[in-house]
Amino acid sequence: MTGKDATTLLREMIRIRVAEETVGRYYPEQEMRTPTHFSIGQEAISVGVCQALEHTDAAYSGHRCHAEYLAKGGSLIGMFAELYGRVDGCCRGRGGSVHLNAPEVGLIASSAILGETIATAVGSAWAFKMDGSSRIAVTFFGDGVTEEGIMHECLNFASVMQVPVLFVCGNNGLSTNTPLSVRQPKGHQIWKWAAGYGIPAVHVDGGDVFAVHEAAKQAVAHIRAGNGPYFIEAPYFRARVHVGYESDAEKNYAFRSKEAVEAGMALDPVAKATRTLIADGVCTQAEVDAWTAALVQEVEDVVAAAKASPYPSTDELLVGTY
Amino acid sequence: MRRLKYNQAISEATVQCMERDPNVFVAGIGVKDPGGIFGTTEDANRRFPSRVFDIPNCENAFAGITIGAAAMGKRPLVVHPRNDFMFLTTDMLINLAAKWKYMYQNGSSVPVVTRGIVGRGFGQGATHSQSTHALFGHFPGLYVATPCFPSDMKGLLVSALTGDVPVVLIENRAVYNLEDDVPEEPIAIPFGKGRVIREGTDVTIVGASLMAYESLRAAAILSEQHGVSAEVIDPRSIRPLDEEIILESVAKTRHLVVADTSHATYGFAAEVAAVAAEKALGDLRAPVKRVTLPDSPAPVTKSLEEIFHPSPMSIAQACLDVLKAEAQVTSHLRDVQEAFAGPY
Repeated sequence: MTGKDATTLLREMIRIRVAEETVGRYYPEQEMRTPTHFSIGQEAISVGVCQALEHTDAAYSGHRCHAEYLAKGGSLIGMFAELYGRVDGCCRGRGGSVHLNAPEVGLIASSAILGETIATAVGSAWAFKMDGSSRIAVTFFGDGVTEEGIMHECLNFASVMQVPVLFVCGNNGLSTNTPLSVRQPKGHQIWKWAAGYGIPAVHVDGGDVFAVHEAAKQAVAHIRAGNGPYFIEAPYFRARVHVGYESDAEKNYAFRSKEAVEAGMALDPVAKATRTLIADGVCTQAEVDAWTAALVQEVEDVVAAAKASPYPSTDELLVGTY
Repeated sequence: MRRLKYNQAISEATVQCMERDPNVFVAGIGVKDPGGIFGTTEDANRRFPSRVFDIPNCENAFAGITIGAAAMGKRPLVVHPRNDFMFLTTDMLINLAAKWKYMYQNGSSVPVVTRGIVGRGFGQGATHSQSTHALFGHFPGLYVATPCFPSDMKGLLVSALTGDVPVVLIENRAVYNLEDDVPEEPIAIPFGKGRVIREGTDVTIVGASLMAYESLRAAAILSEQHGVSAEVIDPRSIRPLDEEIILESVAKTRHLVVADTSHATYGFAAEVAAVAAEKALGDLRAPVKRVTLPDSPAPVTKSLEEIFHPSPMSIAQACLDVLKAEAQVTSHLRDVQEAFAGPY
C-alpha cells in the first residue's frame, strides 16, 4: 500500500471518529432528538471496505450507520442536520440517525429493522447482474442480523443467483446487550454460515483497517470479475452502549466484564492505525494531530450550520408519502 | 375491444408493459411453470424468458430483494399464487417499501408491484383463502387494489407498472372466471377511482374484490324478486379509496351496505362505514350494514365452507334489512365457485 492510500484510510477514520465524538458532546443538549447508535470502534470496517468501492457501487447499512454513511462519502451536513431534524438533513428530518442515505455517492439506504438492507443489497446486485453492469452492492450489518431468517434466505438467493454482492458482518458480539453466547451455537463462527451456502468467506481483524482493506480489495475483485457473492466477518469492540454515547461504566452495565471492556478499548482501530503509520514512518504524530484539529474545526462549523438550518414547516407533514 | 378473461387481461397487461419498458421483470415461485400461475405469466415467459424468474422460497427476503432492485431502476412484478404467503412480506412492504419515499426524502421511490391471489372453493381452508387487502390498505405509502373485472385489472396493472408507488394487487381466484370488454391498448386506470357498475336508486352496495360481482348478482335478485333498485359500486382500489363516488351514491339512495371478502373488524367494510358515518350520517335513513366473513378462520369441510362466504343472497338480505322491508330472500343462485373442481 502506498503512503497516500494508507494515510487516506487513517484520515477517513479520524473524520468519522471526530464526527461521532462531536455528536456525543452535543447529544446531551436534547436538540438531536433521535435514537443514536454510535459507530465508535467500528470505523476500520466501514473505511477499509468503502475505500475498496466506487461511488457507483451500491452500499446499504443498518441502524449503526454513521460510519458507513461517512465512509461511503456522505456529507457531514447531511448527517448532522438530519440528527438535528432540519431540512438540510439527508432525509429532511424524516429519517433520523438510523436512516442515513446518500445515493449520490452510493449509500442507498440504512434501516433500523434487522436484515432489511441485506435483502435490498442482494436485490440491487441482482439488478446489476440483469443489466450486465460492473457495479456491485455491499451490505454492512452486525452479528445480530445473522440469526434472522432473512440472512439465510439472502445467502441462499445470492449463491443460487450468483449476484455481485459483498456481505460485511461487523461482529461486536452483542445484540443490544445480549451476548453471542446465548444467541448462537457454542463455538460457532458466523462466516461459516456463508461458506455453508457455497459463498467464499473470510474472517479478518475488524480493528485493523489495513487488513480489512486488503480483504475488501480481494473480495471486490472476486465479485467484479463475475464470480458471485463474497462474505467478510470482521470482529470489533463496541466502545459505547447500544444506543447513546455513554460507556458501559457510566450506565453501570456489567454484561461485559471490566477487564473485557479495558481489553476492548485497547483495540481502538484509530489508535492502532496511527501507531502503525508512525512506526512505519508514513506520517508523524504532529501530522495526525493537525488532521484531527482541522476536522474538529470543520465538524464544529457543520454543527453550527446544522443548527442554523430550519425545521421542516408543518405544512410539509404529508410530503413524500406518495 | 374484445372480451377477455381475468387471467388473459393480466397476461396482456404484463406483456405490453414488458414490451414498453425493459426494466419490468416478473418473479415468483412457479412463474415459469407450464400454465404460468393460472395463465397470467405464461405469455410473458414465452416472450421474455430472461425476464421471468422462478425463485427460491424466501418471501420475506424476496420482497426486500425486489425493493433493492427497484431502487436501482427495475420494475419488479412479483406474483404470490396464494396471498396468505404475503404475511411473510409485511416487514418489507410495510416497514420499507411503503415508507421509502417519505423516510429517505431523496426523490427516489421503490415501485414494486405485488400480485397476490386469494383462494376460494374446494376446501382452500384457513391459510389459503384469506384476503389481505385491508392489512396492506391500513398503511400510508402503498396503493392497494382489489380489481374484480378483467378490464379494471388490466388498467390498474398498467398503472402499477408505470407509476412510482409500491402497489399491492389482490385477486380473488373466483373472479378468474369473469370476462368483459377489455381495451387492446395498455390504458392506465388511476388508483383511487371507483366505478358505478350498476345504477340504482334505493340502496347503495359497495363491494370489494369478488364482492363487486356478488353485489351485481344481489342487485339482480333485489330487482327481480323484490322490486328494489340497488346501485352497485366497485371501489377497484381500496387505498386510496374513492370516497366521493360512495358519498354521491349514498346521498341519492340514503342506504348503504358494504360487502367484503374479509372480516368485519378493522376491515374494508368498517372503513367504508366510517367514511359514511363521518361524512354522510345526515343522508343515511338507516344504519350501515356490513356483509363479511364470519369471525372464524375459513373451514375446509363443504358443509361449513358453503355458508362461510358472503353470497348474493346474504348481500340482498342485508339490503332488504336496511330498507326495513321485512322480506326474506328465497332465491338461490349457484356458488360462484360451484364448478371449480380444484385442487388449487
